[in-house]
Amino acid sequence: MPEHQWRGRGALAVAAAGALVAASACSPGSTPGAGSGELAGVELLVAAKWTGVEQDNFTEVLAAFEEETGATVNYESTGEDTGAYLGPKIEAEEPPDVAILPQPGLVAEYAEQEALVPLSGEAAGALEENYTDYWRELGSVDGEAYGVLLKAAHKSIVWYRPDSFEEAGVSAPETWDDLTGETATTLSDAGITPFSMCGASGWTLTDWFENVYLSQHGPEAYDQLVAREIPWDDDTVVETLETLGEVWGEEDWLAGGTDGAVQTDFPTCVTEVYGQENAAMVYEADFVAASAQEAGATVGEDAQAFPFPAVGEDPPVVVGGDIAVAMTEKEGVQQLMAYLASPEAQTTWAGLGGYLSANSEVQPDAYPDEFTQTLAQTILEAGDNVRYDLSDQVPSQFGATEGKGMWAVLQDYLRDPSDPEAAAADLEEAAASAE
Amino acid sequence: MTTTDEPSAPGQAGAAGGSGRLGPPPWLALVFLLPALLFLGAYIIYPIVFSVYRSLWDAPGLEFVGLDNYVRMFTRPDTFIALRNNVIWLIVAPALVTVAGLIFAVLTERIRWATAFKIVIFMPMAISFLASGVIFRLVYEQDPESGLANAVITTVHDTFSPSAAYPDARPRPDGPVEPAGDVYVLESWAQPGRSVLVPLVGVSAEEVPAEAEPAAEAETRPGAITGTVWVDFTRGGGGEEGAIDPSESGLPAMEVQAWMDGELYATAMTGPDGTFALTGLEDGDYTVQLAAENFTEPYNGLNWLGPTLITPSIIAAYLWVWAGFAMVLIAAGLAAIPRDALEAARVDGATEWQVFRRVTVPLLSPVLMVVFVTLMIYVLKIFDLVFVIAPGSVRADANVLALEMWQVSFGVNDQGLGSALAVFLLVLVVPAMIFQIRRFRREES
Repeated sequence: MPEHQWRGRGALAVAAAGALVAASACSPGSTPGAGSGELAGVELLVAAKWTGVEQDNFTEVLAAFEEETGATVNYESTGEDTGAYLGPKIEAEEPPDVAILPQPGLVAEYAEQEALVPLSGEAAGALEENYTDYWRELGSVDGEAYGVLLKAAHKSIVWYRPDSFEEAGVSAPETWDDLTGETATTLSDAGITPFSMCGASGWTLTDWFENVYLSQHGPEAYDQLVAREIPWDDDTVVETLETLGEVWGEEDWLAGGTDGAVQTDFPTCVTEVYGQENAAMVYEADFVAASAQEAGATVGEDAQAFPFPAVGEDPPVVVGGDIAVAMTEKEGVQQLMAYLASPEAQTTWAGLGGYLSANSEVQPDAYPDEFTQTLAQTILEAGDNVRYDLSDQVPSQFGATEGKGMWAVLQDYLRDPSDPEAAAADLEEAAASAE
Repeated sequence: MTTTDEPSAPGQAGAAGGSGRLGPPPWLALVFLLPALLFLGAYIIYPIVFSVYRSLWDAPGLEFVGLDNYVRMFTRPDTFIALRNNVIWLIVAPALVTVAGLIFAVLTERIRWATAFKIVIFMPMAISFLASGVIFRLVYEQDPESGLANAVITTVHDTFSPSAAYPDARPRPDGPVEPAGDVYVLESWAQPGRSVLVPLVGVSAEEVPAEAEPAAEAETRPGAITGTVWVDFTRGGGGEEGAIDPSESGLPAMEVQAWMDGELYATAMTGPDGTFALTGLEDGDYTVQLAAENFTEPYNGLNWLGPTLITPSIIAAYLWVWAGFAMVLIAAGLAAIPRDALEAARVDGATEWQVFRRVTVPLLSPVLMVVFVTLMIYVLKIFDLVFVIAPGSVRADANVLALEMWQVSFGVNDQGLGSALAVFLLVLVVPAMIFQIRRFRREES
């Protein structure tokens, strides 16, 4: 340990020198290839919102890079609000070397502020090799590639507790009508609260909305809504809100009633299902697996999921994800980006669980269980009908800020779903003021 | 650095030189002031000036927009909600804390373990606001199992009106039982000598009491309405709706009543297998109903973290933190009051209340004023408690200016508007500061 520290100290001097060289020479592609001990002494800082198990898994992936190159990679958690963490750091010109952004909207925002370093050399090559056009587009601004979709999240699944379904004698529903008319009603008759809501975390409510909207009105309308070609007080939005009200409005169906639904945050809502067993289902993305495991459930056995039921003709496939960007020109940053974009890194991560890759080169058998394999397959195969999380594509003030915009309006709507028109009008107002 | 010989040199020069001027030259004063001035300039003047300057530029800071940010600030509803909450805070919190501090200070003067009591009251000041916020976030949790506030309230409430055995039991929407207000009523009339079925659902396996037995059909009896109240749900599926299936359980200890023309004729409790017999009835058409007491929802306490109570809840947490601070200052002031004034009043026959009201409080008023105004300044910039205690879903309702400033600057990344909010906050604090400075001046002269 002491030896390691000494190395770390020498590292600072090397890193400083390296930064000087990089700043003055700054020619893309000139960075040396990664090799054993190539970056010995270089210290890099990576910031992402992950904590707990997700953080542990990510640092394990980083550890492989450290071993390979000799660099020291430190991890810092940004907390729930990555924008609030990075904003002051960018202003102070002391950003982390690599940041993992939760929204493509932020990539565009920071690129405009010239806070990002475009991918170059082997990093650009890795992106080109391993990702399809759709995902590359997401991390690009004006044709310049900045981001690597590092971690995908499948947001169109509903998690449930199989023993509660067995007790009530119901099976996973395929359509929304089955979900509300059969599954939830029967569970409720059996004295089991059907849903646990994560209302205090506003983004979970936007995910509900997106799935219902995408399935109800199709991918084209979805894209138009993102671009505000369809206004938010449109009839389609009202209809989706009404549909959501079929679940959100049933106080008996929500764990802790309406008050509980609005005050419970993610991942407490997962613990409600798999820990306290207060409810049968919780809707959120694949990353629920990590929290479910923490609550003592075994994913695939007593924590299972079914595809989000079809509200319209087709069931929706909404995908979210975290995008890695380089924020400094320090030596080793592009190598780290290249490593993160590589199938090796992502295969390692896949093996640790709670992870989905959008990398075309990551083989399905890299995932530890059949369930995740199927999820990965659907993302890669769903093709043109996949849509990226809507709330992460709109300006963050509207789609991703605590107590504002979509989050606040949907939380109010969950609290009192009696007036979908008024909620739609509020959404339109908030969307207009965020332009 | 070079001051080793300087302090003595000018003094000697002044005295010996006989320049007609006593004391060190003015430039030396400036030299001595310089470190303080530099410090003030770098940490206070520069940030203020820069905030004002920054507030005149757009979000990324690339374009000059004049007073645009100020116009935007005063046309957004968010600013007004935050301002409204700040006003509530300003009116309630300093007064509340000062009064609490005064009460504690006066009371601790008289008790034996005063120091111990004061330490306990002062203790919260030793905890960071963030930690206090986390503590109160837990205290205010809705679920009485984890929220202390609701645990207390529900315990008190349940002592006086215990909650029912089957709060979640309810009839199927299209079954033979109908909800009527708080009670459940059998749709069709029942006559003595007949047996009825009262199916209910929504009772979970854990809610069924241990003594319950499989439901049985009740035997008919002359002069009595008999029947069964049971869970009409076969675990694992199957089972026929409205019929007693083998694995379905009776609901014991359920109160059943027979009514006719608004009058209660008979009451019965169900047995372990869910059967009951309403006896002693004459012929006629009776309404069979399940009493409301069976289904009273358990009392869940107050919704502390809901949109209506959130600000008072946070103010209560603030009181917990700051009462000690007010108490210590006021107690110090109290110790300095001339005792003879109090004695004189008592000798003249004033009651304790009159002494407190007419002598102690007026004599303490300078101290009370300092505490009050200091708290006003602190309250205007309240941030941490609101940030931690309010869950995301009520953040908008609990918002205050300082939090809004932070959120706009770094969450939405609009530092132009954020700076404008900062300047606005500064303007609001200025009157209180001027008042405070004037007071200090007056005291010094």
